[in-house]
Amino acid sequence: MVSLQSLTALGKREATIVTHGPMTITERTDVALASLAARKGRMADLDKAAKAAGVPLPGPATHRTGTPYSAFWTAPEIWFVEAPYATHELIADLLKTAFGESASITEQTDAWVAFDLAAADLTPVLERLCNVDFSFVPAGYATRTVMEHLGVYLIKHDLGAARIYGPRSSAESLLHAIKTAAHSLW
Amino acid sequence: MTQSHRIEGGQIDRSKTLRFTFDGIPYQGHPGDTLASALLANGVRLMGRSFKYHRPRGPLSAGSEEPNALVELRSGGRQEPNTRATVAELYEGLTASSQNRWPSLRFDAMGINDKLSTFFAAGFYYKTFMWPKSFWEKLYEPIIRRAAGLGSVTREEDPDAYDKGFLHCDLLVIGAGPAGLMAALTAGQAGKRVILADEDFRMGGRLNAETFAVGDSQGADWATATVAELASLPNVRLMTRTTVVGAFDHGIYSAVERVSDHLPTPAKGKPRQVLWRIYTGKAILAGGATERPIAFENNDRPGIMLSGALRAYANRWGVKAGERVAVFTNNDDGLRTAIDLQAKGIDVVAVIDSRDGGDLLPGIRHLRGADVIDTSGKLGLTSITVRQGNGRSETIALNALGISGGWNPNVNIHSHHRSRPVYDPTIAAFVPGQDGPPGLLVAGAAAGQMSTHAALKTGRDAAIAAFDLTTVPDLPQAEDAPVKITPLWHVAHGKGRAWIDQQNDVTVKDVQLAKQENFTSVEHLKRYTTLGMATDQGKTGNVIGLAVMAELTGRSIPETGTTIYRPPYTPVALGALAGRSRGREFKPFRLTPSHHWAREQGATFVEVGNWLRTQWVPKPGETEWRQSVDREVLATRKSVGICDVTTLGKIDIQGTDAGAFLDRVYANTFSTLAVGKCRYGLMLREDGIVFDDGTTARMGQNEYVMTTTTANAVTVFRHLEFCRQCLWPEMDVQLISTTEAWAQFSVAGPNARKLLEKIVDQDISDAAFPYMAAGNITVGGLRARLFRISFSGELAYEIAVPTRYGDALLREMLAKGAEYDPIVYGTEALGVMRIEKGHVAGGELNGTSTALNMGLGKMVSKKKDSIGMVLSQREGLTDEDGYRLVGVRPVDPKASLTAGSHFLEKGVAPMAANDGGWLTSKVSSPHLGCDIALGYLKAGDRKIGQRMRIVNLLAGLDTEVEIISPHMFDPEGERLRG
Repeated sequence: MVSLQSLTALGKREATIVTHGPMTITERTDVALASLAARKGRMADLDKAAKAAGVPLPGPATHRTGTPYSAFWTAPEIWFVEAPYATHELIADLLKTAFGESASITEQTDAWVAFDLAAADLTPVLERLCNVDFSFVPAGYATRTVMEHLGVYLIKHDLGAARIYGPRSSAESLLHAIKTAAHSLW
Repeated sequence: MTQSHRIEGGQIDRSKTLRFTFDGIPYQGHPGDTLASALLANGVRLMGRSFKYHRPRGPLSAGSEEPNALVELRSGGRQEPNTRATVAELYEGLTASSQNRWPSLRFDAMGINDKLSTFFAAGFYYKTFMWPKSFWEKLYEPIIRRAAGLGSVTREEDPDAYDKGFLHCDLLVIGAGPAGLMAALTAGQAGKRVILADEDFRMGGRLNAETFAVGDSQGADWATATVAELASLPNVRLMTRTTVVGAFDHGIYSAVERVSDHLPTPAKGKPRQVLWRIYTGKAILAGGATERPIAFENNDRPGIMLSGALRAYANRWGVKAGERVAVFTNNDDGLRTAIDLQAKGIDVVAVIDSRDGGDLLPGIRHLRGADVIDTSGKLGLTSITVRQGNGRSETIALNALGISGGWNPNVNIHSHHRSRPVYDPTIAAFVPGQDGPPGLLVAGAAAGQMSTHAALKTGRDAAIAAFDLTTVPDLPQAEDAPVKITPLWHVAHGKGRAWIDQQNDVTVKDVQLAKQENFTSVEHLKRYTTLGMATDQGKTGNVIGLAVMAELTGRSIPETGTTIYRPPYTPVALGALAGRSRGREFKPFRLTPSHHWAREQGATFVEVGNWLRTQWVPKPGETEWRQSVDREVLATRKSVGICDVTTLGKIDIQGTDAGAFLDRVYANTFSTLAVGKCRYGLMLREDGIVFDDGTTARMGQNEYVMTTTTANAVTVFRHLEFCRQCLWPEMDVQLISTTEAWAQFSVAGPNARKLLEKIVDQDISDAAFPYMAAGNITVGGLRARLFRISFSGELAYEIAVPTRYGDALLREMLAKGAEYDPIVYGTEALGVMRIEKGHVAGGELNGTSTALNMGLGKMVSKKKDSIGMVLSQREGLTDEDGYRLVGVRPVDPKASLTAGSHFLEKGVAPMAANDGGWLTSKVSSPHLGCDIALGYLKAGDRKIGQRMRIVNLLAGLDTEVEIISPHMFDPEGERLRG
């Protein structure tokens, strides 16, 4: 029987945690991710299924936290759904069961690397990385932006907590960019 | 004597002493000094040599408009040429050198240019050095270029880092003088998010250089208090040492923050500068005004400077530019300098006022209706010649002269969207026009409001106007003197040279010559004379130049017009524009799931877009890449090889219309594809040219997985999204990229199935999983995908697992399949095998080729409509004698082929008219034992078996070749169906 051992996006066995000055960067390997897109004309069905399954469907530019599912809006009638990896490794299958033919669901867990950023105020570091007005946007803000040429999702949980989803294959480059920005400051 | 010219007062910290050197000579200054103020404090006036004539020069100004005092700052990799000494903040250990001189600043052999000035007049050399023609580029121009110039560029790499960043605000205030401070205070107190940026290291602008009172305090003290008040507001961001250099579209401004330029070296890990992109709803330009000189003979000697600069050095920096000082002015502001200097105890020997009549300054020799007509002093000013109103001349011994020809509002940034400034005769200067960047208001001297009161008021009013504010701060009392000026642009006297643009050595004579040659338009004047084309963009010279042209042509200044300004406002280091994108960090990398394994093996990587793909994996003893590649090819064809193909684009396509959607975007049909099967697809552009290719698998009734080429992964996805959102929004289709979600490996070779049977949980026999089958499988219970497709021509599969397991899967396949001697092959071996098999790739998918060219014409279905189908049938694209893909091998197996070589018939001349086509891809085939190639050959499908020539004039090749089928290996496909 084949038994495969996973590596993180940074090529390690364990998630990477980097602390520099007041900021901590934590690689999150424990998040399952799937895209949820409404089929044409099936939004009402999708809404109903989401309520039943406990999947939040936040509005544009918004992330909503829930248990076990959290979600953020990525495009009209399209969301990314998060859940704990330990219990939802097969998140796409679970969602397909919940949403049936009302939605197109695609596994996205390993398409992305997730970094959680924590500090008293992340504004100084993020203003060196992307053009998001981080201090101004409310908690729960989620957007697509660009950091050092990389398309990423940025979610603001509060002024001192944010998550960045970046392309998995460029995890090292993205982490380097975040660390470099931190070193510029602290 | 140390700091012999230091006088009382000023905003410098005399409790600390800073040591620095200029041309190797040690000096001392204080925190708060600029290099120029510190040198002047030490009695050093000579700081540079001019661009063309190598004339001795000292500082003309005390700010960023400086054209003369340009030095090379620092040394080694940090050497920075053309640094304006007037804004270079003094720090302990600063080293500066003069530039554009040899062997020394005091004795510059290139000063001979000044004697030969006739040969360097505007345009002279273009008209003179005409013969022989070839000499211009090889001889004349290099000599002229060497004779002229500014600083030198270090050949060393810049060791410092530069950041880029993004800021957002409601109001950007550009300039922290009285207008800017008042604007920021007004908006800041109203709760607006304000950024106040100033290029100086001390906010306050002109208030720091004046003795005016604002309210109950000195202007500088009021500025300090106001800055402190602004700093206490959490919604206000104060940015000193930050120059707003450009206004761009949609309320975006760029600014360079010099984070570490005032330090010997940046702190570890800290950037030297940050280039900010500022997004703002409104902006207020409060950039003040720049004084301009008056042109007269020899008006460029060290010791001659702008009157306001003379005053600034005395008031702000506690420096006297000379012991005996005079002022030459055409306006009342020059009188202020005389008054301030005299109050400082400096001997003001005369005020030469070009205006007639009016009140005389008490206690100062005030000559009205007089002009300065000449000066003397080899390396610095020693005397001036004054022509008095009665016509008599007088020579006055002195060592500093302040000139005031009036003040030009700093309209630059307002012009960045091509707004043309308009002439205001009341101040004899150009003020901002009406059509500036949207949202940009102008206040203070930048708007032509020259008094302190007007600056404060217009700053406040601009903030009120920007936000319709009702609660605003009171205005402090301040001077409100009107501008009293009688324009004088140049003193008509004698035949000597009178400088207008001191940085580019443009004189009144040059303007006269331009007029003589009929280059009278301001734009022609600029190009002909290079007026305003130096790094200072003519901040002190432009208006004089066009005013002189106006005088010469008899037109008014408004009729003559003005040139406008482009970003950047002041020079920006290329490092700041590059930011972190340099060297290995020029762009991010994408690493494949097998990257870490490949690195352990010492693999060679090739950049494919941002991907680092394994190119080949050398084994011990292999000293040359061909050995590795040949081994990988032969081993794969003999047993089994594994290649990481994760980089191919993967697009998940779902929805009830997914099949119909694919029928429209692909030239061939996919709606009929059975679930669990995959098919090769050809995608055309709207113009009928092939866009991309790849296999697409049907994973479910409404679910497909498309693969694209690595190169086109993004463009194909973008194209599909365009089709979905814009062309056919009625279709029920959802798309998402899954390129990174799956680690995918090609497993190819006769033993591919046997190896995979040790990995995959399901039955993958030929019966259970035939050629072109696709499906979800498991690997040790882990979700996975399997596709039976082949790019190599071998029995082959592509197996995919979640990316985090990619590394483990590769290692497991190598370990579990050890009995089959599996090897990992890279992109080179991949290329060899695909060419042997006749598959098209980048060389053939070149953006100009059709399906017919590739021998795939039958794939373009006429039974349905699809993007590009109609236009692919255009006459010219369907020519029977058009290019067709062929295989090529040399008649002599030892002969070499080179991609890019052209087909020629035997015996014809190698001319374009005889060109039969070209080789698109070439490899050395270990299987066939010779070079082989693919190529596009006219009527190539009818020339199979013929012999032709392959000619490459650049490589010197003329090789006889045989035209063969592009399917050079296993043409019947027996191996891949095995």
